[in-house]
Amino acid sequence: MHDLSPSGLVSASGLSRVAPSRRTLLRGMGGAAVLGAGIPLLSACGGSGTAADPKTVTLGSNASDAVPKKAFAEIYAAFKKQSGITVDVNTKDHNTFQEQINSYLQGTPDDVFNWFAGYRMQFFAAKGLATPIDDVWQKIGGNFPDAMKQLAKGEDGKYYFVPLYTYPWALFYRKSVFQQHGYTVPTTWDQLVALCKQMKKDGLVPIAFGDKDAWPALGTFDQINFRTNGYDFHVELMAGKAAWTDAKVRKTFDHWAEILPYHQDGAVGRTWQDAAQTLVSKKAGMYLLGTFVAQQFTNQADADDLDFFAFPEIDPAYGQDTVEAPTDGFMLSKAPKSKAAAVKLLEYLGTPEAEAIYLKADPSVVAASSKADTSSYTALQKKAYAMISGAKSLTQFMDRDSRPDFTSTVMQPALQKFVRDPKGIDSLLTSIERQKKTIFASG
Amino acid sequence: MSSETGTTSPEAAAAPPPGTASPASSPSPGSRKKRVPRGHRRLLTRRDRLTLGLMAGVPTILHVALVWLTALASIALAFTTWDGIGFDSIKWVGLDNFKELFTTNPQFWPAVEHNVIWFVVLILIPTPFGLFLAVQLDKKIRFSRVYQTAFFLPVVVSMAVIGFVWQLVYNPDTGLINSLIGANKPGHYIDWIGDPNLNLWAILIAASWRHAGYMMILYLAGLKGVDPALREASSLDGANEWQTFKNVVFPTLRPTNTVVLVVTIIEALRAFDLVFVFNKGAQGTELLSILVTNNIIGESSRIGYGSAIAVVLLVISLAVIIPYLIATFRKERRA
Repeated sequence: MHDLSPSGLVSASGLSRVAPSRRTLLRGMGGAAVLGAGIPLLSACGGSGTAADPKTVTLGSNASDAVPKKAFAEIYAAFKKQSGITVDVNTKDHNTFQEQINSYLQGTPDDVFNWFAGYRMQFFAAKGLATPIDDVWQKIGGNFPDAMKQLAKGEDGKYYFVPLYTYPWALFYRKSVFQQHGYTVPTTWDQLVALCKQMKKDGLVPIAFGDKDAWPALGTFDQINFRTNGYDFHVELMAGKAAWTDAKVRKTFDHWAEILPYHQDGAVGRTWQDAAQTLVSKKAGMYLLGTFVAQQFTNQADADDLDFFAFPEIDPAYGQDTVEAPTDGFMLSKAPKSKAAAVKLLEYLGTPEAEAIYLKADPSVVAASSKADTSSYTALQKKAYAMISGAKSLTQFMDRDSRPDFTSTVMQPALQKFVRDPKGIDSLLTSIERQKKTIFASG
Repeated sequence: MSSETGTTSPEAAAAPPPGTASPASSPSPGSRKKRVPRGHRRLLTRRDRLTLGLMAGVPTILHVALVWLTALASIALAFTTWDGIGFDSIKWVGLDNFKELFTTNPQFWPAVEHNVIWFVVLILIPTPFGLFLAVQLDKKIRFSRVYQTAFFLPVVVSMAVIGFVWQLVYNPDTGLINSLIGANKPGHYIDWIGDPNLNLWAILIAASWRHAGYMMILYLAGLKGVDPALREASSLDGANEWQTFKNVVFPTLRPTNTVVLVVTIIEALRAFDLVFVFNKGAQGTELLSILVTNNIIGESSRIGYGSAIAVVLLVISLAVIIPYLIATFRKERRA
């Protein structure tokens, strides 16, 4: 702070009276206000205290929830024990972190920060707001399967991301309900539709659904789309290259419209948590969501009853080879102050040991590394891990695979509209395509 | 910061007392009295000018920088595309943002319409109701204070909290209404929050609930200012209660009505928090302010496009407020 204040300010304090008058107080405040307007300056001098210390890495964290926060803290403690480097964690509220990520990365970010794989990572990499970490990957590359390696690369082919954990999306159900009614797990589209019909007859809500927060419908679209049209088309569509007016997209929506009547009524007014409760209370037969749905099963007996299966095959050409598995991890900011220490931290975060520490504290996700110790996994984790490691291609979630401004301002309202009124699909797709063109054209 | 506030600026400490302070610019008697014994009288005159300059100057600079410059900047940004990363990525696109807004954005016209509905409903339902309550409470009925507090309570609570409270009422699965009337079963299901034909009205009930209390207080203040002699005179003339209100009391409330109208227009244009908490402006509840937020807040945001929506909102506000204020003040000056 001192290096920034005009030197006169400091020397004058020696001459001034002991008791500050109202005016000097005002003047001081005015000076502080001017300094305050230059927020980047201030934060720069806040961070400068630790910059020279090669034994400290600063880390911007979005892990504001209690469970992940504690799990990460344990990783950093273990890292310190091993390397002698302290991780100075700066935790922000999860959503606030996302909303401020733009200005955060342009200002004076921490050396390392939490982020998501997929387009969202590539976007900041392409903007020059992250440092490539190919040297880190030379060390940790052997710990990860090929699908994860692909996820960690930017558009320029360099590595920018160290994945830590991941979780698949799938159709969740309760074993006891399937047992009681004699249902079997559907593996094809026709079986799924038949199962929905049967469940409805048996007085169940076939598929629980809550889209009040507008993102769960994105996940449903993803599943039906890559099962109908395959991974490559899905990626093209998310990248803005394929047209939303393409007959293939129309086919996806036709499939969705076929099972939409078996979804829970009034989805747009319901949160995913409330929808999950209908699965907990055995009123719903199935629920398409990420494994975090398990968090809603607070009673251990209910949690043990929870199981899931991959979204059924629609086109045999693509089978069930794609799995939606959003992946969280770490990136290196554009100009880290203690790069050597930061690289060491990233190398550590890419090891199976770091994964093991995290997973012990947060069993709702699975390791991104193929070398992680899976012996302590729950049955659900083991299944999720098998599903991901057996996948030919991994997708992120729509808002991680495509431009977030497109998904949040165009796709979220559009899919809510479709869910409510599936008949208006043609004009809806035309509208999506028109808006997409302007957004993707804006660079 | 505390160490700085305790220091004087170099200029003040180093400057010797200048001997040419004119009495015209001498400080107020209070402060002179305080300073005289210290023998710094002439220096202080100059200091006072400096202080006054700072007191007026700092807020002016802050105001210009934080209000005017940002407003003008967002108007300028409305003609560009910008993702918020680096100033070199600002691209001039002319009227494209507005063109897209008016033609391809499916949420824009509904949002304009909902802002208008918001205003019409507020002025037609809770405003007269607030006036009605104020008139009743003005009669000094028993427990008047209790009623007053009860109706005013929603105004004290923040809009966001009101949003949370009413969500509990409207929640389609577990909410008060659906639980009472049994509308949370498949087959007969009322989706208060998700159904675009219902949700705006559901939110407007919550907004009206608050607005009525607000209007009540404004009118109550206005009614307190009505000369009791007028009422006495009208009752001597044999007017009944309604006639007194219509012909005597209401016309004297004219200045209050001006305030009420302006406040209601502002409330309708800045409506945001309640909807944002309720369902983030999803189907059926889009508002201009929500569209601005959705486009600007967040990663890789569309700052140019969001600014264009904000400019539309600004133009609507000015178009509504300015002619009205001019007309009203002209009329009042004439009267």
